[in-house]
Amino acid sequence: MPSLKDLRNRIAATKATQKITKAMQMVAASKLRRAQAAAEAARPYAAGMEKVLGNIAAAVGNLETAPRLLRGSGSDAVHLLLVCTAERGLCGPFNTAIVRHARERAVALMAEGKEVKFFCVGRKGYDQLRRQYANQIVELVDLRSARTLHFEHAESIAEKVIGRFDKFEFDVCTLFFSRFRSVIAQIPTAQQIIPPLFDSKATDALGGAAYEFEPEAEDILHELLPRNVAVQIFRALLENAASFYGAQMSAMDNATRNAGEMIRKQTLTYNRTRQAMITKELIEIISGAEAL
Amino acid sequence: MASLHFEFVSPERVLFSGEVDQVDLPGVEGDMGILAGHAPLVTPLRPGILTIYNGGSREAVVVIGGFAEVGPAGLTVLADQAGARDEFDTATLTSEIKDAEDDIADASDESQRDKLARRLEQLKTLQAALAQ
Repeated sequence: MPSLKDLRNRIAATKATQKITKAMQMVAASKLRRAQAAAEAARPYAAGMEKVLGNIAAAVGNLETAPRLLRGSGSDAVHLLLVCTAERGLCGPFNTAIVRHARERAVALMAEGKEVKFFCVGRKGYDQLRRQYANQIVELVDLRSARTLHFEHAESIAEKVIGRFDKFEFDVCTLFFSRFRSVIAQIPTAQQIIPPLFDSKATDALGGAAYEFEPEAEDILHELLPRNVAVQIFRALLENAASFYGAQMSAMDNATRNAGEMIRKQTLTYNRTRQAMITKELIEIISGAEAL
Repeated sequence: MASLHFEFVSPERVLFSGEVDQVDLPGVEGDMGILAGHAPLVTPLRPGILTIYNGGSREAVVVIGGFAEVGPAGLTVLADQAGARDEFDTATLTSEIKDAEDDIADASDESQRDKLARRLEQLKTLQAALAQ
């Protein structure tokens, strides 16, 4: 049986852990508010971009001259999965959920005989994917040093992705991230960004009228398409950041509650042991006195 | 007068959303005024000042790059960077100009250099306009 001192130490240790988890929960909660505001502010832009591009794409149609980024390369033999995860753990099933979603897609694609490559953003996803698909990971972008997410981060990732696309390294690019719905609900999401898929309902809105382009449609598309990739990645990163703090907050809340429960149990054991010892000592004294 | 639905967003936030009378845009090929019922149009924007007219009042906003789209639903402006004229931070513009100058120094081929030079010109014009 552990001694009283051991028990006291154990309780102290649990209390220290609880303090840490509690602090982490509060930090996550305050960061969540900012991240959530940023994610929500980015939504109209990304949605607007998609709408504009969808309208233009519908107007340009399937022209031979349309840029490859819009048309796609005409095949779908090689898929690039752009997996965005967090840099840190202690956030419940957040990273695992995204990786699982990507892995399921990868397994399905490979079963169809397609080639799958991974592009990891965030260390955690890389660590998990590396175990199984070490030689299929083409690149890792580490955003650990970035304190706040800026559009430039997304732009540089987009540049790398488009660079690979231009070198014919893949045909289809799908983005994996976690969409932020609420603090307790984050939805792992897959979004195809190259070639972009448009909601067909949104694109008929023009009703046959033709767009005027200033300058040429092609020039505009050449500028707009890479930008769209960056915007969609940026949105994914912001959604991810908000989801991460949401997941971390609920995970730490759980941990704090579990620690409280553990402290309660340990205190009970401690008091029982203490009382048992007092009783034992009393018996010893009384029986000693009786013997005299 | 019919009103024009106007959505004005940047990656960071929604700057304006609602009904207006007219919007003047700095298009790459020249300024244009958009009224309700304008033909569908898409154009990139050059760095410049966008003016919103609404019921006799005017609001000037500085935009640095972006796109404008006129569709059946109204006008959508997707700005790279934007801010109200009064509170616009000129330091942003100065750093953009410096970036553009560096890019020109690094540019390798002729057509790219032309493009960058044009952009630098536009940025400087805007800076001059703001300084007044």
